[in-house]
Amino acid sequence: MEFVTDLDTSGPPDSILPTTPKIITEGLNVFYGDNQALISVNLNINENEVTALIGPSGCGKSTYLRCLNRMNDDIEICRVDGRILLDGEDIYGRQLDPVQLRARVGMVFQKPNPFPKSIFDNVAYGPKIHGLVRHKADLEEIVMNSLERAGLANEVRDRLHEPGTSLSGGQQQRLCIARAIAVQPEVILMDEPCSALDPIATAKIEELIDELRQNYTIIIVTHSMQQAARVSQRTAFFHLGEIVEIGETAQIFTNPRDERTQGYITGRFG
Amino acid sequence: MSNDHIVKSYDEELGRLNDLLARMGGIAEKQLADAVQAVFKRDVELAANTVASDQQIDALEHQIDAFVVQLLALRQPIADDLREVIAALKIASHLERVGDYAANIAKRVPALCQLPVVKSVHVIPRMGGLAQSMISSVLDAYADRDAHKAIEVRNADEQVDEMYTSVFRELLTYMMEDPRDITACTHLLFAAKNIERIGDHATNIAEYVYFLVHGTALTDERPKGDTSPSLVSSPAPSGPIPDAP
Repeated sequence: MEFVTDLDTSGPPDSILPTTPKIITEGLNVFYGDNQALISVNLNINENEVTALIGPSGCGKSTYLRCLNRMNDDIEICRVDGRILLDGEDIYGRQLDPVQLRARVGMVFQKPNPFPKSIFDNVAYGPKIHGLVRHKADLEEIVMNSLERAGLANEVRDRLHEPGTSLSGGQQQRLCIARAIAVQPEVILMDEPCSALDPIATAKIEELIDELRQNYTIIIVTHSMQQAARVSQRTAFFHLGEIVEIGETAQIFTNPRDERTQGYITGRFG
Repeated sequence: MSNDHIVKSYDEELGRLNDLLARMGGIAEKQLADAVQAVFKRDVELAANTVASDQQIDALEHQIDAFVVQLLALRQPIADDLREVIAALKIASHLERVGDYAANIAKRVPALCQLPVVKSVHVIPRMGGLAQSMISSVLDAYADRDAHKAIEVRNADEQVDEMYTSVFRELLTYMMEDPRDITACTHLLFAAKNIERIGDHATNIAEYVYFLVHGTALTDERPKGDTSPSLVSSPAPSGPIPDAP
């Protein structure tokens, strides 16, 4: 018989994947005081791909995300060891300025959190403080370009000086994405970016993520299995601070290799 | 299933899907047995009942189709749950075909009863018995999620194919010996072909059971024993099979 159910779980052949990952994580351990939040995590993130991090609450996925732009630096009891290389450079190296790092590795949070400023100023703030522009015209171009890329330009063109908080939730989240991309980052981290949004606003963000992938490397934490399946090329499953399984998204959601992954994604977790 | 879903009603629904399929399989298996028996007992009433029961199978297939669509929409199954649902959908359509072939065999009984008895074609009931045991085993393999058993069923199909080739030769010989037997022999040939196709469907179901268990398709080429397509009309029941022109 012609058996046609052969699921392509192999993904693209290695030869067309970028040879060097954008981010290499080696033996990453993170402690909050005496609690170990991440246990020898090894994870490579490919350039121009969306990597989804899934796992139950408290499994360490957000902790991992926050390591990638050193947001854990601000938590006093947090201690990080191991290495994270961004384009081969250790982001915890002494010569690296965390502020510069955060310009290269942008972040979008769970709840839209626009500054209490105008729509224009929300996007203009980053380029201004990072000294990316000299002239007003350049700034306007960056702002409009970022709003365009975030799929928001047409909706806000005539109200750029209204407060960012006057927008709807979905628009606010796209404003935050515009704000993140205004400083021309290489990597965008998203921590449950759609959990406060309705399905239409969610679909717009997911479409945007797919477009942004052409130019950025995206890492998204999500509790929605369907969202991970829809937007990502690779999925990593975290459990109790460890990476249990990492693979092509199609493989993870059709034929996970680890029992724990299967239990979690199908809703059988004990 | 390895362990239960947190949402109990999901397990109940998957359980119901399994039950529907088991019922459908049971009917298909019985239909095949009855059809073969009706041919050889020349039992017109049994044949009529067999034809009629095909409706039950069709109705169950529709029920399974609708239920699968509902499960996909409402539960959005993934991983092994998704395979479970997809396998049920595909297996149901193969079982429906099994029912159709059995009904087609049964439909020939009234005609056969009006025709002279052809010299006993022993292979057909044996073929029917083997196909029936394939269906029965593959349903067990499905119920037990037993991929090993599924592979055994798949391999058994070679025998059904070989039997079909043998029936083909035998009937060809009879037809050449006495043209008055051509009508009856043709009916029997179609009956045998139907059984051979039922074996193929059992094989397909076995491959879905394997997919269900392992998440990958059975890829290696299976043995095939049906050489009838290359037979030419020389009555040589025991000689080597001549090559096709």
